[in-house]
Amino acid sequence: MPTPDPATQLEMYRRMLRIRRFDETVKTLFDRGRIPGSVHLSIGQEAEVVGACMALRRDDTMVGNHRSHGHPIGKGAALGPLLAEILGKATGVNGGKGGSMHLADFSVGSLGESSIVGSGLPVAVGAALGAKMQGSDRVCLCFFGDGASNEGYFHEALNMASAWQVPVVFLCENNGYGVTTAFGRISRVPDVAARAAAYGIPGQIVDGQDALAVHAAVGQAVQRARDGAGPSLIEAKTYRYPHHSEGPLYDAIAYRDASELAAWQARDPLPLFARHLEDTGIADAATLTGIEQAIAAEVAAALEFAQQSPWPDPAEAHRGLYRTPIAGFDHA
Amino acid sequence: MRELTFLEAIREAQEQEMARDPRVFILGEDVSFNVYGSTGGLADRFGLERVRDTPISESGFTGVAIGAALVGMRPIVDFTIASFMYLAMDQLVSMAAKTAYMYGGQAHVPAVFRAALFYNGGLAAQHSDRNYAMFMQVPGLKIAVPSCPYDAKGLLKTAVRDDDPVLMFEDGALWGSRGEVPQDDYLIPFGQAAVRREGSDVTVVAIGSRVREALTAADTLAREGISLEVIDPRTLVPLDRPTILESVAKTGRALVVDVGHKSCGVAGEILATIAEDGFWSLRAPLRRLTAPDMQIPFSPALEKGFYPDAAQIVDAARRLLRE
Ligand SMILES: Cc1ncc(C[n+]2csc(CCOP(=O)(O)OP(=O)(O)O)c2C)c(N)n1
Repeated sequence: MPTPDPATQLEMYRRMLRIRRFDETVKTLFDRGRIPGSVHLSIGQEAEVVGACMALRRDDTMVGNHRSHGHPIGKGAALGPLLAEILGKATGVNGGKGGSMHLADFSVGSLGESSIVGSGLPVAVGAALGAKMQGSDRVCLCFFGDGASNEGYFHEALNMASAWQVPVVFLCENNGYGVTTAFGRISRVPDVAARAAAYGIPGQIVDGQDALAVHAAVGQAVQRARDGAGPSLIEAKTYRYPHHSEGPLYDAIAYRDASELAAWQARDPLPLFARHLEDTGIADAATLTGIEQAIAAEVAAALEFAQQSPWPDPAEAHRGLYRTPIAGFDHA
Repeated sequence: MRELTFLEAIREAQEQEMARDPRVFILGEDVSFNVYGSTGGLADRFGLERVRDTPISESGFTGVAIGAALVGMRPIVDFTIASFMYLAMDQLVSMAAKTAYMYGGQAHVPAVFRAALFYNGGLAAQHSDRNYAMFMQVPGLKIAVPSCPYDAKGLLKTAVRDDDPVLMFEDGALWGSRGEVPQDDYLIPFGQAAVRREGSDVTVVAIGSRVREALTAADTLAREGISLEVIDPRTLVPLDRPTILESVAKTGRALVVDVGHKSCGVAGEILATIAEDGFWSLRAPLRRLTAPDMQIPFSPALEKGFYPDAAQIVDAARRLLRE
């Protein structure tokens, strides 16, 4: 994979920053009690999200999970409707029917997010298989966590994708934990990528804090899939700074060391990438400040849009169960 | 007119739909070799891409069908035996049923899930499930249970063209049965019950193969001057409640016959509808004949008597008229 051109690299930085500021805003809203339900932030993981998403074309598809505010943003979705959805507003991408764990923006190929851990894996295989049967060269990127790799779904999906040479890229976001359980405590094999051998597909570990490294690895896997050579498994080693989800639940549980968190924060993907842009002369300090300001304005506008948006009409709760409405179930 | 077996009718529906629409494809275990008899010749005609043998991965291939449907394909999943749907429960319930709603109408899942009911065959507890009632608890699924070859073809074609996920349960007791099936294209709309026989004394609502038992019972009782009206709902979701209520308004008596379990079952649901909206036309208590709330035993000597038959319907109808 050639290194992306300077414009693309600047866009990568913008999207990473967008995700960071977006999730920070979501956290503020959550802390003020403005968000129904639970939220799972991906602060710390922005490099792998953006590196992977930007290795796709706009018409490629993508499947996420419960920690997925960043995935549609990485794929190019507008922020306002995403934030409105998280607040449960009528203007949300799902019209307020999905919320934080189910953001879907089909206009950018984001096919939705399932909060049943692992269940998106076969769906991604199906989306890729469908594309292949339609004679298109579209690829599907499947995000899932290290925790999800221990669901039976993982095996079934990778085996089918490999047996059928389906154009899908499995990207394991290994942030070290499933809720509070360290991956090493529930798997004798330290790397999820090693499991690729069982399916006869390439397996690769990549530094998840390095957007360009992820972009290169995923880009290669995407090309391979597009060329008809089948699926790949990529494991991005990364870390989430927040706990599994927001709220006081996890604060009292000592499941990870402060030193571990500090070590990962020392390699925060944002300053890492900013430094890279400066070192290579792609951006100077003024450019970076300009990007900061532009993203801050974008997020502020999204927040304004989401907050000003109306609540959905309560009757909407009874619509949309079926595409072809049924009397008694669906008041279309 | 030409007669086909139940399985031949299903095969023909699939063949015609695949020929009509290149988005339609079949997915399941051993489908290309036509082990169960509903896909004969389809792999030769359409190739192994569209008649796709899967690994034994029920949740996996159910998810694959959903993903393919999300990008515009129209998969038909063959579960073979309905008991295997439990392995795919999460995909059916969490994904197929909820996707259109949860994603705010950005997507829908036009997939068909076919499953055979193999009770009364000495297959013991793990292969004899008649589990459509469980799925009636899940908003977002549509459920068809045809009772004859004609309906099997027409309902399956409708299912393939429907934009929502449809579960079609094929009653194994009917597989060998023959009936008139036109060669041409026809659709049976969902949510329209068939009045299989008109009558004035007792409304019998029968599901799947029990329609045949109800008609046999009606013949027997006709000789005694008792007149049964036999209603076949054809689809359980949507359920044609108006036709059932209309019939009960005429007869004043209702009996539901189902090979599923009693508790929280189809029969209970239909009787509840009558109790709620048809109560004042009733002249006798509501009755249901179902399988007991018991697992299915292996020995034919033990399984015998588990499923309501014509004789039990005759008895029940006579009792209703005395009550
Ligand atoms: C099938 C299922 N089991 C359990 C849960 C509860 N749960 C939600 S997220 C999660 C951890 C998932 O870990 P991982 O896949 O590594 O993703 P991460 O949260 O680390 O991003 C669990 C156990 C669930 N949502 N679904």
